[in-house]
Amino acid sequence: MGEFKVHRVRFFNYVPSGIRCVAYNNQSNRLAVSRTDGTVEIYNLSANYFQEKFFPGHESRATEALCWANGQRLFSAGLNGEIIEYDLQALNIKYAMDAFGGPIWSMAASPSGSQLLVGCEDGSVKLFQITPDKIQFERNFDRQKSRILSLSWHPAGTHIAAGSIDYISVFDVKSGSAIHKMLVDRQYMGVSKRKCIIWGVAFLSDGTVISVDSAGKVQFWDSATGTLVKNHLIANTDVQSIAISDQEDSFVVGTAEGTVFHFQLVSVTSNSSEKQWVRTKPFQHHTHDVRAVAHSPIALISGGTDTHLVIRPLMEKVEVKNYDAALRKITFPHRRLVSCAKKKQLLLFQFAHHLELWRLGSTVATGKNGDTLPLSKNADHLLHLKTKGPENIICSCISPCGSWIAYSTASRFFLYRLNYEHDNINLQRVSKMPAFLRSALQILFSEDSTKLFVASNQGSVHVIRLLEGSFKHLHTFQPQSGTVESMCLLAVSPDGNWLAASGTSAGVHVYNVKQLKLHCTVPAYNFPVTALAIAPNTNNLVIAHSDQQVFEYSIPDKQYTQWSRTIQKQGFHHLWLQRDTPITHISFHPKRPMHILLHDAYMFCIIDKSLPLPNDKTLLYNPLPPTNESDIIRRRTAHAFKISKKYKPLLFMDLLDERTLVAVERPLDDIIAQLPPPIKKKKFGT
Amino acid sequence: MAALEEGFTLTAVPLGSGPDGPLGVEQSDKTDQFLVTDSGRTVILYKVSDQKPLGSWSVKQGQIITCPAVCNFQTGEYIVVHDNKVLRIWNNEDVNLDKVFKATLSAEVYRIHSIQGTEPLVLFKEGAIRGLEALLAEPQQKIETVISDEEVIKWTKFFMVFRHPVLIFITEKRGNYFAYVQKFNSRILSKYTLLLGQEEKSVTQSFSTSVHRKFISLMSLSSDGCVYETLIPIHPSDPEKNQRVVRSLLLKSVVSGNARSGIALTILDQDHVAVLGPPLSASKECLSIWNTKFQTLQTSKELPQGTSGQLWCHGENLFMLHGKFLTVIPYKCEVSSLAGALGKLKHSQDPDIHAMTHFVNWETSQGYGLGSQNSEQSKRILRRRKIEVSVQPEVPPSTQLLAAIQKDSEKHIEVELRKFLAVKRTPDFHTIIGDVVIGLLGRYKAEPSFYPRNCLMQLIQTRVLSYSLCPGLMEFALEKTDVQILQLCLQQFPDIPESVTCACLKIFLSIGDDSLQETDINMESVSDYTATIQDGEIEEQTEILQNGFNPEEDNCENCAQELIEKPRAATEESTSCPVTGKRAALLNAILHSAYSETFLLPHLKDIPAQHITLFLQYLYFLYLKCSENATMTLPGIHPPTLNQIMDWICLLLDANFTVVVMIPEAKRLLLSLYKFVKSQISICSELNKIEVSFRELQKLNQEKTNTELYSIEVLELF
Repeated sequence: MGEFKVHRVRFFNYVPSGIRCVAYNNQSNRLAVSRTDGTVEIYNLSANYFQEKFFPGHESRATEALCWANGQRLFSAGLNGEIIEYDLQALNIKYAMDAFGGPIWSMAASPSGSQLLVGCEDGSVKLFQITPDKIQFERNFDRQKSRILSLSWHPAGTHIAAGSIDYISVFDVKSGSAIHKMLVDRQYMGVSKRKCIIWGVAFLSDGTVISVDSAGKVQFWDSATGTLVKNHLIANTDVQSIAISDQEDSFVVGTAEGTVFHFQLVSVTSNSSEKQWVRTKPFQHHTHDVRAVAHSPIALISGGTDTHLVIRPLMEKVEVKNYDAALRKITFPHRRLVSCAKKKQLLLFQFAHHLELWRLGSTVATGKNGDTLPLSKNADHLLHLKTKGPENIICSCISPCGSWIAYSTASRFFLYRLNYEHDNINLQRVSKMPAFLRSALQILFSEDSTKLFVASNQGSVHVIRLLEGSFKHLHTFQPQSGTVESMCLLAVSPDGNWLAASGTSAGVHVYNVKQLKLHCTVPAYNFPVTALAIAPNTNNLVIAHSDQQVFEYSIPDKQYTQWSRTIQKQGFHHLWLQRDTPITHISFHPKRPMHILLHDAYMFCIIDKSLPLPNDKTLLYNPLPPTNESDIIRRRTAHAFKISKKYKPLLFMDLLDERTLVAVERPLDDIIAQLPPPIKKKKFGT
Repeated sequence: MAALEEGFTLTAVPLGSGPDGPLGVEQSDKTDQFLVTDSGRTVILYKVSDQKPLGSWSVKQGQIITCPAVCNFQTGEYIVVHDNKVLRIWNNEDVNLDKVFKATLSAEVYRIHSIQGTEPLVLFKEGAIRGLEALLAEPQQKIETVISDEEVIKWTKFFMVFRHPVLIFITEKRGNYFAYVQKFNSRILSKYTLLLGQEEKSVTQSFSTSVHRKFISLMSLSSDGCVYETLIPIHPSDPEKNQRVVRSLLLKSVVSGNARSGIALTILDQDHVAVLGPPLSASKECLSIWNTKFQTLQTSKELPQGTSGQLWCHGENLFMLHGKFLTVIPYKCEVSSLAGALGKLKHSQDPDIHAMTHFVNWETSQGYGLGSQNSEQSKRILRRRKIEVSVQPEVPPSTQLLAAIQKDSEKHIEVELRKFLAVKRTPDFHTIIGDVVIGLLGRYKAEPSFYPRNCLMQLIQTRVLSYSLCPGLMEFALEKTDVQILQLCLQQFPDIPESVTCACLKIFLSIGDDSLQETDINMESVSDYTATIQDGEIEEQTEILQNGFNPEEDNCENCAQELIEKPRAATEESTSCPVTGKRAALLNAILHSAYSETFLLPHLKDIPAQHITLFLQYLYFLYLKCSENATMTLPGIHPPTLNQIMDWICLLLDANFTVVVMIPEAKRLLLSLYKFVKSQISICSELNKIEVSFRELQKLNQEKTNTELYSIEVLELF
């Protein structure tokens, strides 16, 4: 395969923000996750936990509650007092509505899905009716003394439990009056704490209310009599979240120490019908507060300040050994945050509120495999571009020539012209963007940097010609009539003739840029597309899907290539299919048309299409360099997948030229170092 | 596993019966003799093993027998009813039924029941029940009506529950079934409505009952092909009220769902039922035995000439009509338990024992123990196996061997056994071996002079036996204090109950040395170190102990002083093995055996204190031996592991701590053990420190590779 110089970049100082809420939707098997910066992500658990959609965050919009209602509608509420509904098709915010109760701390959708309940800072619980296109305020429940931090509906929809500070109220939904007020003991191991905050409540169909609080207790209450039934002291610190399974036979709580406890309803003796709640399994997958938990039918899901989303399958519920049986830890977004200007050797890093431009260093030395070469020039930080306004950046791109930078937030699109004069950089904003260019989901420059492609959230793709310091709108590819799905991924052919665009579920559309019309649509596949690229010369479109399948589609011939058919017929190696992060970037070798480079977070791979495909018996990963001559020959001719796991976690990788690679790594230790310190726990022997 | 043996027909000539088959088959007062009543006019007494009739009686032309003949076990007379109301009583000497005792009753009789230990009962068609004596005293007495107008008695059974006779009968009224339970100690008749559950449409075809503690388990075979179970309480909470009992599904699709008639069911024992009927809608009728506990088909036999849907079970024989002939099929049911079937893994890393031999292969073992569900494949295998069975030779060597066991001399049995072991192993090898052992033990019980020791040893060494296959064997060896057999059993059986393990331990500890001298015990597990025991190479050992000990670091100076002295003292004690080599070998067998603490502890408490002390001494000795080398193992082939030794020390102390501390000798032993353990702990804490340092070293190594923010490296892909 050959020798490469690899620019190993670790200065991309990206820190994901902590997870604040998770909400599981049983109907579509999707998980909504909100982060502390207001970002909301949608994971499709059926598609190998692929993060298929996201809504960018906003500085003033701290999400405190997230819930699914009425089937597939997603609502969030936060400390700015607004209830927000998200448009899952267009990937924007449908509307925001002020609840007029001060900051909102909690929200719950009724079991029927037709009503929404929010708990506010002023102690009010407000009931909203969910209408087909909006929500409508219905009435207030009896005002409580302090903020409502948690809410739970009785499965029959007749009563609700509301957790406040020092007490839990049970309301009758019909009358809106509090029928019970259950005081929670402030004391913690004999010492009176200041206040006991009820972080979470769950109402069971038999009338039991389970509460978790800041004193480390999990308590079971009888809502009919308002009495405490059982008390589990599980932590020295706050228990911050609770989620119960649909069958009400198990629930999960998360603590500020990072521990997740599983409780199960088990028989007292082996064959008696009497059952009781027992703390069965503790899991320690987090280092920091577990702010949110969810309970899917087969897994416990938790997330918190340490930014990981952890999906821990319940082995007793998993029937076959497949993807669902493995523990998942999702840390990095499943989209690209890095773009690269190959000719100028520039890297553009995207952060929530700024962009960074770096120039790679160089070396004159050569070496053999594994050597670290002495640098003749170190990497330079050229530019730090801060956004205007409170909104997070959705996407960004640098042109291949390095002289254009474009980025977009939820409401504005920015285009900059860069001029390089020796070591000085001159940045010039291109003003007067047209009205239709307000928000983009994906931005792409053509290879010769003369055209800009912008995928907007209405499903259309705009084509813009770039001139020195100005631009001209050429065309807008409108979505197929009847579809509103927005395009999230774009790819352009190096010759500039073809543009491929893909949404989250429908097939990939290929447009002819010269004739400005739709050329063809690649047949839709069951799993979402995670990366797209068009090969030079052949104009083959390479598509990676979240189930780790890779297809090659010939655009001129409008059909899958022979190689793609062969690999589909033979099937990918089982280890390839068992990888648990999606391929986020595909690129090609400029001189070798048979080579495809692709990478996920834990490996990169160069596929040499001229070599035979590996079958399940061959060794897929070949980590060790060969030791003798015959070994080299054997290895060289082994199989088409040349995989290296040397760089990880890998956020970006590309070929700068035929002998140079750039790899952007983000070591987990560096992220952990930037998190707030976890609660200090006494460890035995320290 | 249950098995059906080769059947035989009882009547050489077809029964002169109508289409309904015989009225009944009832036991007579002599074993092996049965009264068969055909539905015409004849009662025949058969000796089953000889397959010949001993007597035959007929009623006059024009009369018809309406109720199967039974034997009054108290008097040895036979009773039959003809023309519904006429009762006849006779005995073996009578020839003509016309001339025997006759009583004409005032109501129609449904059935006469007679079982051992109580007087016969007469059940009238209207549901009234009378004892025979009371009835004969006044034959024309008025018989009351118990059941309502349209109710018809479908089935009835008489049995003993805790020495009290109980009669149950089932009636039907417009598709509803009722159960009546008459108890004769309290004279209470309880009525139950049988609720059918969802399958309302199915017609119940056959019933059978057995008694489980406080319940009568009523099994019914429905026309949908499923077996249902209904539990009827023996002591009803409110006997006056009409109570409802629900039936639950026990076995699914044992016979074809659309077989309208000709299906029957009988309970064989706690876990087994025999079912008569076509397994598939199109197939021939079959007799099959099902295990209700594991829901598996145990065995089945095809009845190609058809049957009448009647099935009687007496003793170990099943009676049914096959074609025109009454057929007897002896069966055998062994208690099946999952543990017995699967065994329990004993030596996980033992290389020379093939653990797999302990498992029963469900696919190939003799009883066609195939899937319980009506999957096509299992049926196919089943048919194929049936063909195989039919081509087997007439007398397999196992039957020959089993026959030899019953009467031949010990020498001869040995020869037969050797012959049997020499031939190729059949899939049911282990069950045959189990039968052979049980046969040998049975004979021993009958004639105590018969002691087939060599045979038993040979059988145990086949490595297919387990405790549950021959439960009597170890008891027998314990009784005989045959330590050699016990050692073998401990080594070979995977599933010895803890109580038996403990009983063995008791014997091993208490048996006299002189009697041990004569026995031939496998010394494999001790062979090496018994020699070194006498040599007493202790110097090395003390050094090792001292290596781990560091007086400067220890806070307690006295303690340290003791520690130096004590290990030395301890090793001096250990110079000689506290038990002889043979006893050590026996004790090692105990150490290797599998156990569960909870079950073992109570039994350990029963061992006398001086034996506990001895065993502790031995364990301590082993522990010291173990710590002589760095790998903490004992020399020799298959020695006890350190974990086993430690576990047993803990177990013994747990069970007998209060006792042991009272005995001065044991107390000294415990003290030196404690000192030794303490010195070991100090070694471990030193090791811990070293380990921490090395861990830091490793961390340093890792960090070095991960510091730079930017580098250019060379990578070659192969």
